[in-house]
Amino acid sequence: MSAVIDIRDLSARSAAGPILRGVSLSVKAGEAMALVGESGAGKSTIAKAVLGILPPAIKITSGSILFEGTDLLSLPPSKLRELLGVRIALIPQDPQTSLNPSRRVGDQLMDGLRLRAGLDKAKAASKALGLLNDVHIREPERVMARYPHELSGGMRQRVLIAQAFSLNPHVIIADEPTTALDVTVQKQVLRLIREMQREHKTTLLFVTHDLGVVAQICDRMTVLYGGAVMEQGDTAEILAKPQHAYTRALLAASPRYDRPEQSLKPVPDELIAELQREISSRC
Amino acid sequence: MLIEARNIALDVPDMSRVVLLGRRPKLRILNGVSLVIARGEALGIVGESGSGKTSLGRTLLRLYRPSAGTLRFDGQDITQATAAEMKPLRRRMQMIFQDPQSSLNPRRSIGAILGGALTLHGLDAGPRAISSILDRVGLPSSVTTRYPHQLSGGQRQRVGIARAIALNPDFIVADEIVSGLDVSTQAQVLDLLKTLRAEMGLTLAFISHDLSVVRHLCERVVIMKAGSIIEEGATAEVFSSPRSPFTRLLIDSIPLPEIRPGWLESSRD
Repeated sequence: MSAVIDIRDLSARSAAGPILRGVSLSVKAGEAMALVGESGAGKSTIAKAVLGILPPAIKITSGSILFEGTDLLSLPPSKLRELLGVRIALIPQDPQTSLNPSRRVGDQLMDGLRLRAGLDKAKAASKALGLLNDVHIREPERVMARYPHELSGGMRQRVLIAQAFSLNPHVIIADEPTTALDVTVQKQVLRLIREMQREHKTTLLFVTHDLGVVAQICDRMTVLYGGAVMEQGDTAEILAKPQHAYTRALLAASPRYDRPEQSLKPVPDELIAELQREISSRC
Repeated sequence: MLIEARNIALDVPDMSRVVLLGRRPKLRILNGVSLVIARGEALGIVGESGSGKTSLGRTLLRLYRPSAGTLRFDGQDITQATAAEMKPLRRRMQMIFQDPQSSLNPRRSIGAILGGALTLHGLDAGPRAISSILDRVGLPSSVTTRYPHQLSGGQRQRVGIARAIALNPDFIVADEIVSGLDVSTQAQVLDLLKTLRAEMGLTLAFISHDLSVVRHLCERVVIMKAGSIIEEGATAEVFSSPRSPFTRLLIDSIPLPEIRPGWLESSRD
């Protein structure tokens, strides 16, 4: 199967220095790929680059982002607009700020269906109801008429998942979608994303810092540090036998309730110095 | 016992109710909470958002006045203590906040932030005192002249800890202090807290939604739900054999960094 997203040798920088250093990764159709790393690793930058929403201060200096064979970076804005939000959609991190507080949930959910898919109001409304059903929201008619602040965090995130899947995108980028949620709700939302992704055979690019989440939802993973790829491969293999010292350090630093003595180990300073040398040779 | 809370209740005005005349109805957000913390002990306070864990932490510090019950600090009843009566105790009880970004004054240098706490209680706030405090939390004395925005998230949290320990307190409430940090920084901050605890004999109420972190740091834990404690005990025991189904659910919901077939599909919720 060919790659749906194929990022080749992507480098980006801001005034402060390099942000991405020759990142390559490809995701096959229907696959879930994790982008893992700490802040400053470049995982969100990659996600934003694919979505075409990089802040103006960050410039891509080389490389390409192929979506189903087309380079997104050389596409004119009019063509890009046809793809983004329709073929490539986003599940954002913070359900609180990603919905317009002054508009009803149903109207926001119908925007894409009416403006992008061209449905009339009645059809859009019935499609929206179906979507809320798909994300297991009870009494969808009532939720449609609610304002975002009247819903819990988990409910809001379900609405955003429904919105992301509404136009049958080929790729969904999930940017830390469960970081703001309680663990029990996180599990429900992860299950929902996985279920929707399998059902729609969507390709998933999942940005997270949590290796526990990666293990439960992603087939493959890319470990990033300082804008460079440290390790890439099958999630099960990497977690069982991490090859890169940084992956091992990240695993050792992760909290584990089942092995309290072997978890939460700080990343050694020597390793950080070594990583700095490694990434500076890559740009 | 350094901290003794008996049947604590906390009522707040119910702002969701529209009242034209008369008193606004009360909403009970803590209900019959009893707990003790021995000197030198670390107690984890765990719960989901809205469970009342932060309100409980603030009540233990008498930042809120309990609506019912009694609260003792080092044997002294402080349930109804006035601000003036609390003042001498304030030095002995401190708080570390979740978000150092918003709990440190952006317009004051780190030196001024730490110095302020010291002068308020009539202690030496000279450069040497400041550097020695910074040294204890692993920060160079050069940060004295820096402002909060010039530091990294981990460094800012160290300043938050420095401010809390500057007065040599007996009791610290740490409210979700590692939840905004990267895993490696989180590990460093927790390490620092462990070291300081051992060095200073601190008593700790560690509020967190993250059971794994509590497992690592605290000897005892209380689990909160809807304003009440639903389970308490030695951390190791609560993890190995939780009595409440809710505690079981909380533990089972934590994703572990290993492949667990069927975990995502399994549900007790």
